[in-house]
Amino acid sequence: MDSALIPEGVKRCSPAKFLIFLGVVGAVLLWGVFAMLLCWIKGLNQTNMNDYYGFALWIWADLAVIALGGGAFFTGFLRYIIGKDELKNIINYAVLIGFICYSSALLILAIDIGQPLRGWFIFWHANVHSMLTEVAFCLSCYFGVLTIEYLPLILENRQLDRVPFFHNLSHNMHEIMAVFAATGAFLSFFHQGSLGGVSGVLFGRPFGYREGVFIWPWTFFLFTWSAAACGPCFTILITKITEKVTQKKLVKDNVIELLAKISGWMLATYIIAKILDTWYWASVTAPSKGFWLLDFYSNNPFYGPWILVLEVIICGVLPALILITESGRKSKTALLLAVILAVIGVSLNRWVMVLQVMAVPVMPFDSWYMYFPSWQEIATTVLPVAYGVILIGLSHRYLPIFPQEKELNPID
Amino acid sequence: MNKEHNKAKKFGMVIDLDKCTGCGSCMVACMAENNVPFKADETNKLDSITWMRVYKLTNGKSFPDADFCYLPRPCMHCEGEHGHSPCVSVCPATATDYSHETGIVSQIYTRCFGCRYCMAACPYHARYFNWWDPVWPEGMEKSLNPNVSVRMRGIVEKCSFCYHRYQLAKEKAYYEDRREIEEQEYQTACTQACPAGAITFGDLNNPEHAVHELKKNPNAFRLLERLGTNPKVYYISSREWVRLAGDNYLRQEGKSEKN
Repeated sequence: MDSALIPEGVKRCSPAKFLIFLGVVGAVLLWGVFAMLLCWIKGLNQTNMNDYYGFALWIWADLAVIALGGGAFFTGFLRYIIGKDELKNIINYAVLIGFICYSSALLILAIDIGQPLRGWFIFWHANVHSMLTEVAFCLSCYFGVLTIEYLPLILENRQLDRVPFFHNLSHNMHEIMAVFAATGAFLSFFHQGSLGGVSGVLFGRPFGYREGVFIWPWTFFLFTWSAAACGPCFTILITKITEKVTQKKLVKDNVIELLAKISGWMLATYIIAKILDTWYWASVTAPSKGFWLLDFYSNNPFYGPWILVLEVIICGVLPALILITESGRKSKTALLLAVILAVIGVSLNRWVMVLQVMAVPVMPFDSWYMYFPSWQEIATTVLPVAYGVILIGLSHRYLPIFPQEKELNPID
Repeated sequence: MNKEHNKAKKFGMVIDLDKCTGCGSCMVACMAENNVPFKADETNKLDSITWMRVYKLTNGKSFPDADFCYLPRPCMHCEGEHGHSPCVSVCPATATDYSHETGIVSQIYTRCFGCRYCMAACPYHARYFNWWDPVWPEGMEKSLNPNVSVRMRGIVEKCSFCYHRYQLAKEKAYYEDRREIEEQEYQTACTQACPAGAITFGDLNNPEHAVHELKKNPNAFRLLERLGTNPKVYYISSREWVRLAGDNYLRQEGKSEKN
């Protein structure tokens, strides 16, 4: 039925099977769309946020998907600027995942603000001192860059490629992709960093506040670093999941291992910096505000020291050790475990830097408050996941996302 | 031109906690004066709007040493360092502003788009989000204060130190060909409503205003001074445990343990 659209020399599942897949994921997507409409029509009273949790699940989701989407800018940087040529075999997928992550982040932000129709005020009445302003500008610009990077892939569809204009446009865009990759890396450094600065500058919130250099708190650099380290891990993880679902190998091991090795060293150096940051914050910054480390991890039903151990040791040191050793990277199980842990680690870090910042009481006579999202919040957070799965499904089916697929899966 | 006339004002409050009985008049007066919306059920303080909120503090001890104290908490109108208050600096749309002329932190309702970053930044929980559109009981809209705009769903609001009263006082002074307003011409609703006279309001920079001297009281303190928020609301209490409850201390620092 749709065979004319499928790239030549590759095998895809039957249209019926694909439609069932789209139907199931589409149903989840519609559930999310329904919740989104409820939030837009009835307002944010549909959520379980409150005046103590002005930032909650959505802001965490934003920070997490942007960190996980960091694979796009960092792989692009390695491929086009550093010249790691092997990565051309995974860069398309990294760009697609990045595109999904960033478009999801923008969508979630559009739901999260109380007056969505005034969203443009952030550009029009921009306060240049606010980290969120920097986030909004860089994030929007980088989404534009990702769109430009994704466009040539769409134009490489078998039918579109037959149109000479599209063919030439796509070819020429590929030629100058290094410019966009450099722009993307530059923009990403700032918006990943400014997302770290969102809680880092809150000098009224000792749990989130960090000292730093000039106007940038240490979290600015830690967020960029961790996104560069864990974003490629997410790209690897999604590649492995795609291979499992499609039941075929899509990227050669040497490509995955190279990306994993670079990620491993980024993660290892990041986690050293994170430990130093935590040590300085716990021994100097927080005590200067009247808090001991354990004040942040006690007298509440959820946030205990375990969360620090899980984030730094189990989901930081451990995956870094696996990824920087050759035997770790060559073992399929260890590699998969490492990228899963790294993804959990960076997501947990973003959770802590949003939710725990809100949870910790600052006034001595105040209390810890716990928060659990409403179904509308959960559905709208699942919405971009469903959208991402659909876009990956469509892109994989109709676009030559994986250059090595033909070679790895020859059709007899 | 008299140099004194150009001196920046710094409006602030001194609240005597030994006088406060926790009656809540300040909260009621504030809500009425500023058209603060309310719900049928206001028991959940996590999503109801109270520009002025009275906290009950206890010393955690048993009888006969048990003691308690009521602490009214308006917006602290933090100055931070040179006007770099926690909330103003983070607002991405410049919807909240620090006035170097009055020291008042304002909220521009028509510009706020409800990102709530300012709420995340405020350690005093003095900022409130309009989770719902305001619904007034039938007929009540006729008794709303015409000098204060009502707010809509999806934006943040907070105590303004009854700024509209300052504007009215200035207009009156201008009409009467005066450059300055008298201390009593600009008083907040909570100050005037307090039956115990616990709240004193005025220009902290003006030696003729009562707050100028009151803030120098040896028992005066501000909430969370260690954070560097530099608030303009001072509290006075003769009780040491109350003063200690105003900030966080490491165990070896405070005379008593943290509350």
